[in-house]
Amino acid sequence: MTMTAMTPAQGLRMPPDGPRLFAAPNPSLAAHFATYGAIPDVTPAQLLEQVHRSGLTGRGGAGFPTATKLAAVSGKAIVVANGAEGEPASRKDVELLRRAPHLVLDGVEVAARIIGAEQAYVYLRPEVIPVVQQALAERTGGLRITVEAAAEGFVSGQETAVVSRLNSGPALPRFSRYRIFQRGVGGKATLVQNVETLAHLALIARYGGLWFTTAGTADSTGTFLTTVGSSVWEVNHGMTLRQLLTSATGQPAEEWQAVLVGGYHGTWLPLPAALDAPLSREGLELYGTRLGAGVLIPLPSTACGLEFTASIAGYLAAQSAKQCGPCQFGLPELARNLHALAEGRGGTEVIRQTAGLVEGRGACHHPDGTTRMIRSALKVFADDVRLHQHGRCLARIAEPYGGAR
Amino acid sequence: MSRPLIIDWTACEGRGLCADLLPELIGQDKWGYPQSRSGRTVLVPPELERPARKAVHLCPRLALRLEADAKTRVTG
Repeated sequence: MTMTAMTPAQGLRMPPDGPRLFAAPNPSLAAHFATYGAIPDVTPAQLLEQVHRSGLTGRGGAGFPTATKLAAVSGKAIVVANGAEGEPASRKDVELLRRAPHLVLDGVEVAARIIGAEQAYVYLRPEVIPVVQQALAERTGGLRITVEAAAEGFVSGQETAVVSRLNSGPALPRFSRYRIFQRGVGGKATLVQNVETLAHLALIARYGGLWFTTAGTADSTGTFLTTVGSSVWEVNHGMTLRQLLTSATGQPAEEWQAVLVGGYHGTWLPLPAALDAPLSREGLELYGTRLGAGVLIPLPSTACGLEFTASIAGYLAAQSAKQCGPCQFGLPELARNLHALAEGRGGTEVIRQTAGLVEGRGACHHPDGTTRMIRSALKVFADDVRLHQHGRCLARIAEPYGGAR
Repeated sequence: MSRPLIIDWTACEGRGLCADLLPELIGQDKWGYPQSRSGRTVLVPPELERPARKAVHLCPRLALRLEADAKTRVTG
């Protein structure tokens, strides 16, 4: 295919060089079209085929293949764009919606076209509702898109919680004998996709699945959005932790003792040992972790990993919906025991036992995600666990001699 | 064929009736919630289907469900 095969007369453009999702100079519809062009008029089956080819996976955390999810929904279905971003360490969905709302809305329309949906919801954090409403006002089109404010809370973005909220229920994970792709909003088959996934979908609909794979690795195709500390970056899958941490923080990689990959439900990796880990599914698998929603929290060598882990556990315990007993009682117990550990009281065995009591015993993955993070901390900060039992702490070695906290 | 016994954790309040009726498969954790003896999904063999069905019907929180068989469950 030559460059001239895609003519501006058809409203088509060549894909942008460099950043994909953050290529438009501003969030307006004019800038959006000038940057990306129109979506070619192709059939739903052709679109789905391109999504298959792209290898796109969900960017909300679970990493499920998008084509499989799209193929599972049919009939008079509903599309839900999930921008709840309940993870406090994640900013990428808010950033994406602020900078490229039309890409997300295009993705909603493409998803709707593929599954034959006539109705869609965008479930958003309150701060991005104005920009999305302005974007909606600029657009014309047949699909009915309703804006809904996401509830606060770590678990409010969990798929069943989103569906419950859109059904006028509480924004809490639900237990049902049906999966939401069978019965979701209003009892109809429902497709819930993270907003970043939809934005990628909008580009795949324009430039094809093969184009999508020109960034990233064979197993983890395309780019992904990542939140490092408080900044958001679009990077290629396969970039190493070292590259990302140094360019995102502007500090030498030696400043860090560990990094929490995948957010509060993620896995601690030791640094510098894991610095050369490629940020891809297969690369991180070797380290026993995955990207999740792309959150990276580097821990400076001057901070205590056990104290930080205990404080995250405390937060996650407070965020339990308190619907399921093991989570309701187990998470606060885990947080208490971790605080005790950080203070040099108690051991790790009681923590591992309680972790075993909450895993797999809830309506959502909140207990499992919490214990994954905690178990990895016990491994990565094992030296510190021993030191703490003698009233010492690795973080304090970095201080001048006699520097008491 | 064994049938999975599914617990609705959002409904369960740890009354303990299922552990009474199916002690072979279900114990109670330290908070009183049902705990699978296998550590995985409770699988009910044919010879225990009668007490399992009783547990499903008598659970005061209606928190139990006996599924057809392991193969028909949608997971993922």
